[in-house]
Amino acid sequence: MSESQSGRLLPWALVTPALLWTLVFFIIPFVAMFVLSFMQHEDGRATFENYRQFFDNPSYWRALVNSLQVTLTVTAISVLLAYPFAWILAEIVPVRYQRLALMLAVLPFWTSYVVRSYSWLLVLAQNGVVNQALTGSGIVDDPLQIANTRGATIIGFVHFFVMLLTLTIFANLKQLSPSYRRAAADLGAGPVRVFLHVILPLTLPGIMVGAFLTFVLAIGDYITPQILGGNNELLMPQLIMMQIGRRGDFPLASALAIILMVVVTIAYIICSRWLKIERT
Amino acid sequence: MKSVLRTHVRASVLAAATLALVAVSPALSQDLNALIWCDHADPALLQPFEEANGVKVNVKEFEGTGAGLAIVEQSQPGDWDVMVIDTIDIPRGVAKGLFAALPEDQLPIADLFPEVKMDASTVVDGKRYGITEKFGYNTIGFNNTKVDAADMQSMASLTGEKYKGRIAIYDYYLPVIGMAALALGKETAKLTEADLPAIRDELMKMKANAKLVGEVTASQTALATGEVDILVGGGEWVTAGLAKENPALDFSIPKEGAVLWSQALAMFEASRNKDLALKFIQYIMSPEGQARLATSSCYWGMPASTKAALTEEEKKTLRFDEQPGFLARAQAYPAPDAELDKKMQDIWTEMLQAQ
Repeated sequence: MSESQSGRLLPWALVTPALLWTLVFFIIPFVAMFVLSFMQHEDGRATFENYRQFFDNPSYWRALVNSLQVTLTVTAISVLLAYPFAWILAEIVPVRYQRLALMLAVLPFWTSYVVRSYSWLLVLAQNGVVNQALTGSGIVDDPLQIANTRGATIIGFVHFFVMLLTLTIFANLKQLSPSYRRAAADLGAGPVRVFLHVILPLTLPGIMVGAFLTFVLAIGDYITPQILGGNNELLMPQLIMMQIGRRGDFPLASALAIILMVVVTIAYIICSRWLKIERT
Repeated sequence: MKSVLRTHVRASVLAAATLALVAVSPALSQDLNALIWCDHADPALLQPFEEANGVKVNVKEFEGTGAGLAIVEQSQPGDWDVMVIDTIDIPRGVAKGLFAALPEDQLPIADLFPEVKMDASTVVDGKRYGITEKFGYNTIGFNNTKVDAADMQSMASLTGEKYKGRIAIYDYYLPVIGMAALALGKETAKLTEADLPAIRDELMKMKANAKLVGEVTASQTALATGEVDILVGGGEWVTAGLAKENPALDFSIPKEGAVLWSQALAMFEASRNKDLALKFIQYIMSPEGQARLATSSCYWGMPASTKAALTEEEKKTLRFDEQPGFLARAQAYPAPDAELDKKMQDIWTEMLQAQ
């Protein structure tokens, strides 16, 4: 084999494991799920019935609306909380303490997701810490219903995703050269203007990457709404799981999962200009 | 040097031979593979059987018949030996050709409470394919220090104003739809599509009064922590296991009745360990096995056998002596066909989404 031939083959050899992995664990299962979504549960015949059910049944598409409302709220709140947190870590905390501060910030990642959700349930419960503090301090007379609501689901999600977003935004802030700020200041820009016109646009890719990850992970999450939401409304993952439990209706569950994937794809297209690996 | 080498070779050969013997040892190759609900995962239940027979019981937990049957379909024939299943769903497994007929003469059928033999589900074409092992009621679970026990004798309390916001609903559509049917004076065994609009309205009234709709752990936690005082669909399976820590948790069988739930054991036709599988079923149905299963750490429930070796305290907690009266007032778990099942799940979805 000539040197030029081996040079051409080397990149393929290097990416083959990743391609095989994607083929076996994503493409083939995805195609199987896609095909299954067009089958009848009872007899396996081809049908559009599973998709028709979604659009005809208001309780089904309500689950998608609920999912979008919750996920967009979580993403927005998480960004608003994570940005100043990341800023403080990157700009105010001395460099020698930044590693420790980051470790403390991601400490909740070390506990089980399920355990963390149940912990939140106890914290937000009628007799939980939050209500005890509110009633004990006289702010409210009767305990508030916080657990088993959409608000509780959002709190559980935000707690988790603020950490994730902090990491992506922090990494982006650390990559910024101080010269940009100095140059803007030299040209007469005040701190607010520097932030709005220099820092924020340059950290937008980090924000969007974190926001996209938050959106994707939150919209597909089953555990948090199931434990904290009290099933007072259904989100898409709960609706999907419901089809499997007793009836084992995998075709309908597959159709719902494909619809969820379409939503995620749309979100990707919207965010794609900020999700490029290369920077211009 | 030569002798050292010979010693090493001998040791290696011996080790290889030992490994080979271990690999083909019948005792170890006779692992029992069981598809189970969480109550069968309790070591206190499994260890005595494992020790007595020198075998290992490998368990896989699942929730819901659909999920369980999906696991079977994704496995190789012979991977599984026994399965725990809703008694009413045994015909589903038989229709798929999954289950083997059980030898009635080797099982203590006569010891079962007559109401839970459920031959209509466990016997197909004259052959027994399953045996009920545990049962209980989907009824009203409550905290008797916060709720007037007299109110819990009527399902009207679940939709009235008095307990609004203090109620949780168990998140499983069949038993709670059964309870809604009972509240409307309908027979759970004879439900048809024509009954669904009224049942839907009853479910909506329950939802309007409820603080949450929760699966097993969430609803049990809500009742135990005081988040709610009443659990629609609760029963001994929620209250009995917590009786020691929280004796105030109680259940009633209201005047309208309750829904009888039951779980059964079935043996797979493709099992390669049918003798061991039968031994396991016999063990679970023995007085000792029944007592251990009834008081499993995951959830308590009434043993199907009248001869379960329960202590007096355990019997009291499970209200063992009151069973004849309870069973007389309990109605069958709804067992809809596939089409009606789908419609029932849809009205349940509608109820969950209602604000």
